[in-house]
Amino acid sequence: MSTSLGAAVRHKMLTNMLLVRQTEERIQELFLENVIRGTTHLCIGQEAVSVAMAEVVDAARGDTVTCTYRGHGHALALGMSLESMMAEMMGKVSGCSKGKGGSMHLADLDVGLLGTFAVVGAGLPVTNGAALTAQMRGTGAISISIFGDGTPNIGAWHEAVNLAAVWKLPAVFLCENNRYGEYTPYEDTAPVPNVADRAAAYGIPSVIVDGQDAEAVYPVLLEAADRARAGDGPTLVEALTYRYRGHSRSDPATYRPEGELERWMERDPINILAGRMQADGQLTAAEFEALREQQRAEVQRVTEWAMNEPWPALEETLEDIWAPSGDDAGVGEGA
Amino acid sequence: MAVMTCRDAVVRALDEEMARDEDVIFFGEDVGKAGGVFKVTPGLYEKYGGRRVRDTPISENAIVGAGVGAAVTGMRPVIELMFADFAAVTLDQIVNQAAKLRYMSGGQIQVPLTIRMAQGSAGGFGSQHSQCCESWFMHAPGLKVCVPGTPADILGLLKSAVRDDNPVIFLEHKGQYAERGEVPDHADHLVPMGEARVVREGGDVTIVAVQRMVGVALKAADTLAEQGVECEVIDPRTLVPLDMETIARSVEKTGHLVTVEEAVRAGGWGAEVVSQITENNIWSLEGPVVRVTLGAGIIPFSQPLEEHLLPGPEDVVAAVQRSLEA
Repeated sequence: MSTSLGAAVRHKMLTNMLLVRQTEERIQELFLENVIRGTTHLCIGQEAVSVAMAEVVDAARGDTVTCTYRGHGHALALGMSLESMMAEMMGKVSGCSKGKGGSMHLADLDVGLLGTFAVVGAGLPVTNGAALTAQMRGTGAISISIFGDGTPNIGAWHEAVNLAAVWKLPAVFLCENNRYGEYTPYEDTAPVPNVADRAAAYGIPSVIVDGQDAEAVYPVLLEAADRARAGDGPTLVEALTYRYRGHSRSDPATYRPEGELERWMERDPINILAGRMQADGQLTAAEFEALREQQRAEVQRVTEWAMNEPWPALEETLEDIWAPSGDDAGVGEGA
Repeated sequence: MAVMTCRDAVVRALDEEMARDEDVIFFGEDVGKAGGVFKVTPGLYEKYGGRRVRDTPISENAIVGAGVGAAVTGMRPVIELMFADFAAVTLDQIVNQAAKLRYMSGGQIQVPLTIRMAQGSAGGFGSQHSQCCESWFMHAPGLKVCVPGTPADILGLLKSAVRDDNPVIFLEHKGQYAERGEVPDHADHLVPMGEARVVREGGDVTIVAVQRMVGVALKAADTLAEQGVECEVIDPRTLVPLDMETIARSVEKTGHLVTVEEAVRAGGWGAEVVSQITENNIWSLEGPVVRVTLGAGIIPFSQPLEEHLLPGPEDVVAAVQRSLEA
């Protein structure tokens, strides 16, 4: 089921999906060119979930988000600037975390992104805490934790969902089920056919939704958010999606059955929304191409800008470990 | 000066801070209605209600994570993990998340979180409920580590921990909860972090100890005084930050250093103290440094074995004599 959104919201979602796609394709090239080091986890193919999630989040109200190392899409959709992200990818001082975080550790409190957590399962317990703050202060804010289909196999997931249910925290647990936990198919590691099935154990509602269709994901998340804001507790949302690339930079994804990727690519989230907008007379083929080109050019411009940004000063290496309160005598010396 | 137990000092500190700042919340296993398994937090639930004093499931990851998330979004949570040994269940939230979020976010985030736990041997609790775990946390930059051993220090340091904008590991020694001591009467007794206390002055040897080992060191000092050896006993009170200045000044005076830990030898805080003295003050030393520890021991259940493993005054006396003989 999908709900037709207004043309402006559709246009924003489409633009952001194109931005995420173009950014990640460029990031992959930059890795191959050794401009970006370490590792990266791309969400190409999963962009619909990011943009639908971002439509629900109201950072001004205090809404917060935790997600995983596969977080470029969430960060950009939430409104992190492309400059901030690209510079962070390259370890430059103008990055969101002054270059100290990198691809796996993005954070931008101004847009509600508490962090992209690089240890599986680490984000959900933290989302609970943010939701607890909202509950205690009566702000009506929510916290959304986004995770993959491998995460419900780790203990922290169960502890967090249980606590959120018991305390009726204003949280939304959003699973991007992209069919693989790292290199291993979902079916080989989970005893239940759906991640959503786990919700029954904690007495909370769950919904399975087509994660390739932003207009299908949005109303489901909106309802879950409304329920959380109303004080009725958390909801588990399972968005069925697919990553076109491997788990991380080093994964060629040879474990996929033949034809699986191609079948999913036929349901590309960008094409689904663009096609629907074209059918509804909100977008011409030429406008779509122009939009794609505009995003591509923007990514190229920002990439070149970021490459020319300065590195952090070496004196920065040990800065930002300690908050400035209290007596820090001796702390910086290693003990 | 009022006299109170270590147990009373914990509840007084929490009471004063919760009264002072409504962003201070407190949660953990059995801390609310039951008043804590060590009876350390009675009355808080009744006074501040179930919204600010919360019982949790037995879910250490969820407890610490909720503390981190609440701290990051503006609260000032105090959480309890009951036995310090259980921190192992949630080491990710402590050392990867709480400790590093500020750094990894380029300073955007702060985590004003206090994590209370009870460590140390209390007689017959066995291998998984008796360890001293302070060294685990010294190895994770971003965490402050408090090891108070008197009611006054528990009161003053716990209040400082709650007000600190960094995550603080607050270790109480469960064998000391019933110990009594004087506490200042005034309402806002704060002990700053990184300030050691000279518990006993002496000119012949410096003994550094924390928590229950301070009492052991003082007994040894009495024995040694009868032999004409005057010990200076120093309690660092916090291990991160660590007041090496006070320790170094003492070693410059005495020329001899003994550390006493109720913990494993390798990589302990005693090793850190000794290393820093040898790095920076080696010419002050007139004899070998000696560490009194559990060695590579694991706390046993059987009473004679447990008592044999734990350092006693005679071990400290022997260590001092060894340091002086050379």
